Amino acid sequence: MSDRPAETRILDFSEVDSGITAEEAVAEATRCLQCKKPACSSGCPVGIDIKGFIRCIEGEDFRSAIAIIKESNMLPAICGRVCPQEVQCEGECILGVKDKPIAIGALERFLADWERENGIVVPAVAAKRSEKIAIVGSGPAGLTAAAELARNGFSVTLFEALHDAGGVLIYGIPEFRLPKEIVRSEIEEVKRLGVEIKTNHLVGRSLPVDELLSYDAIILATGAGLPAFMGISGEHQIGVYSANEFLTRVNLMHAEAFPQYDTPVKIGGNVVVIGGGNVAMDAARVARRMGAEVTLVYRRRREDMPARRIEVHHAEEEGIRFLTCTNPTKILGEGTVTGVCVVSMNMCELDDSGRPAATPIPGSERIIPADVVIEAIGQSPNPLLIQMIDGLIREKKGNLKVDESGRTTIPKIFAAGDVATGAATVILAMGAAKVAAESVTRMLSEE
Amino acid sequence: MYRVTSARSLAENVFETWIEAPHVSKNAEAGQFLVLRIGEDGERIPLTISGVRGDLVRVIFMAVGTTTKKLAGLKTGDTILDVVGPLGKPSETHHFGSCVLVGGGVGIACLPIIAKALKASGNTVIGIIGARNKDLLILEDEMREVCDELIVTTDDGSYGIKGFAAGPLKEICETRPPNAVWVIGPAIMMKVTSGATKPFGIKTFVSLNPIMVDGTGMCGSCRVVVNGETRFACVDGPEFDAHLVDFDLLMSRQRFYHPEEKESVEHHHHAGGCGCGGRH
Ligand SMILES: Cc1cc2nc3c(=O)[nH]c(=O)nc-3n(C[C@H](O)[C@H](O)[C@H](O)COP(=O)(O)OP(=O)(O)OC[C@H]3O[C@@H](n4cnc5c(N)ncnc54)[C@H](O)[C@@H]3O)c2cc1C
Ligand SMILES: Cc1cc2nc3c(=O)[nH]c(=O)nc-3n(C[C@H](O)[C@H](O)[C@H](O)COP(=O)(O)OP(=O)(O)OC[C@H]3O[C@@H](n4cnc5c(N)ncnc54)[C@H](O)[C@@H]3O)c2cc1C
Ligand code: SF4
Ligand code: SF4
Ligand code: FES
Repeated sequence: MSDRPAETRILDFSEVDSGITAEEAVAEATRCLQCKKPACSSGCPVGIDIKGFIRCIEGEDFRSAIAIIKESNMLPAICGRVCPQEVQCEGECILGVKDKPIAIGALERFLADWERENGIVVPAVAAKRSEKIAIVGSGPAGLTAAAELARNGFSVTLFEALHDAGGVLIYGIPEFRLPKEIVRSEIEEVKRLGVEIKTNHLVGRSLPVDELLSYDAIILATGAGLPAFMGISGEHQIGVYSANEFLTRVNLMHAEAFPQYDTPVKIGGNVVVIGGGNVAMDAARVARRMGAEVTLVYRRRREDMPARRIEVHHAEEEGIRFLTCTNPTKILGEGTVTGVCVVSMNMCELDDSGRPAATPIPGSERIIPADVVIEAIGQSPNPLLIQMIDGLIREKKGNLKVDESGRTTIPKIFAAGDVATGAATVILAMGAAKVAAESVTRMLSEE
Repeated sequence: MYRVTSARSLAENVFETWIEAPHVSKNAEAGQFLVLRIGEDGERIPLTISGVRGDLVRVIFMAVGTTTKKLAGLKTGDTILDVVGPLGKPSETHHFGSCVLVGGGVGIACLPIIAKALKASGNTVIGIIGARNKDLLILEDEMREVCDELIVTTDDGSYGIKGFAAGPLKEICETRPPNAVWVIGPAIMMKVTSGATKPFGIKTFVSLNPIMVDGTGMCGSCRVVVNGETRFACVDGPEFDAHLVDFDLLMSRQRFYHPEEKESVEHHHHAGGCGCGGRH
């Protein structure tokens, strides 16, 4: 992999990792042991035949290689870039025990990019069927379910509340990690399968629930977009953002190019980001690119951060200051943020999540200056639509209750992605969407 | 793309635009709003749905900054790139008995549709509309048509009763207390005017106008504090119980981007991009 140097890449929003060449891909593929029982595939939530596509790369048959991936994954250019490979496919690769695992993500990305340049083959679509299916939300779950069902011949309408399709892929994950052009091109593919995408439609409002229920089957893929706030004092001041708002202003609305684009965003000299996940890393790195000195405050240790390892590494390279084992207690200012009061944390015995519990160290309070504070402490499913549908049951954390087929507590309503699991990953959302699409197909074929 | 089907000026710097947006008009109810983005480089801004006719929705707005100035420059046949709605919870327009609707400035735009819905549920509706002066007063005829009684105030006395709308509202509360009151206008006007009904314990709604981005409950930009709790105005509101709202916080958060809003207007002025055609 070839990362652009940190000093220059923080000056723009272009992609950090420029990918590998065909020669590098073939060389990497030859390292694969072609294991009899490939552990890599069991680490992939959609079960891609990894060893199969690697063998094709080795034989320089990129066309067949990408076809193998696409049997299980419609969005490889995205997954190759954003999957947490270290805990999935690459985490299981046998070579990783002694040496470096095969760079499966980089290979997958290479193939998808190769295909985009060399012509995309649209998969065959089954004979048209009369049943109509509504899918709500156009993130990775909604797009995957739509593609699967369109291929099976159904007439599929995908509703999206925002003006652009893609969900978190568009409004959350920044350009330098996932170029929007790639997301758009993968969405075009979904459209070419015959899926009708209706943006600017907030289901529950633009499309009332009774109209939604008139479809033959429904898949809810509304994600986990509701931002949590810490609930500490001072967090409603000017300068305090949820990461969702901050990232949306930049990624979706192009506030980094204000005033050419009309949407503004505040930055100031010092930005404090709270959290240790992918969302926190993205917010920190966007702020850095807009010229801020960025401090990331996380209450546990660096190794406990849920972010992809490579993002933590990239953030550090780009000069983000990490304050770990530290927790904010209040946000200071008189209407406008001036600083954050933080306290150091002691790492004690393991808690329920298997991680050490963090407890405040008395007397360790101190103030760090801040012009902008971005809270990236988690998201849960937006209750708007699911509250409006009688009979849907939610779990404690607000996520929809579904069975292993993706079915909710209402027979013809299925759910997939973050709305069912709580905030998770792109590939898990896609995996669940495939299951839900299969269940819908089965249900409508049995009737 | 959504087509503008008619556009005109109602008062100095106040404009009325009808937009063809069937997915919004079909289900719009009193008290709801839409979010629009004029073009690719535009901001998303919320505007109340102040009227519905077939496939058309009406917005009435004051040209205060970049987006509203661009919008004011659109003529019949021009298009708006994105319109999403209806958003927010509809007003509670069930049967109360007698209701008073108070509108200040461009806030009056929200009232006729609420008045109609209240009348339809069998309420008696008294309207109080106020503006700084006679020339800034909008929708008087329309309000007269839908209300059982209409009171007009102007700050300078150039028309109707001289003074703020809070005066007649207080008088009504004293002499013939209504069962529910709506107060819609600038934040400071809502704060002061809704104070008038508080001593009488009359249910009072205000429609909050914090800065919004998505309007779907995803960003938290629109957060307000009501009864000590954080609420998202775009999905939990925009209408809330006036006597529980932290107006000072609302007003403070409305100032979030004041320097940037100025910069944006200057940028577009230099670029000649407001497209106002010299109308303001
Ligand atoms: C900043 C950020 C960085 C991330 N980084 C990574 C990463 O590196 N790797 C990784 O694997 N995962 C990452 N994730 C997590 C991943 O993006 C999510 O798990 C994934 O997007 C979930 O997909 P989804 O389809 O369930 O929902 P979403 O992507 O959230 O899409 C849901 C869509 O539904 C729409 N919607 C909601 N309600 C309605 C309604 N009523 N009507 C119409 N439309 C509606 C929303 O507008 C949205 O577009 C990240 C998340 C964020 C926020
Ligand atoms: C639910 C709701 C309904 C509204 N209905 C109407 C209406 O019917 N008529 C009307 O004239 N105005 C209405 N507003 C206010 C309107 O949205 C703002 O005047 C508009 O966004 C200004 O945009 P601008 O670019 O022209 O001006 P700017 O220069 O950007 O801002 C001028 C003022 O508008 C506020 N503002 C800026 N951006 C936003 C935003 N994205 N969301 C909300 N406020 C913002 C700022 O606090 C500032 O005080 C409503 C607001 C809300 C939240
Ligand atoms: S989809 Fe993700 S987990 Fe599966 S092989 Fe590709 S990169 Fe690995
Ligand atoms: S586990 Fe690693 S070495 Fe074995 S087949 Fe998979 S990628 Fe190749
Ligand atoms: S405007 Fe984003 S949550 Fe309300």
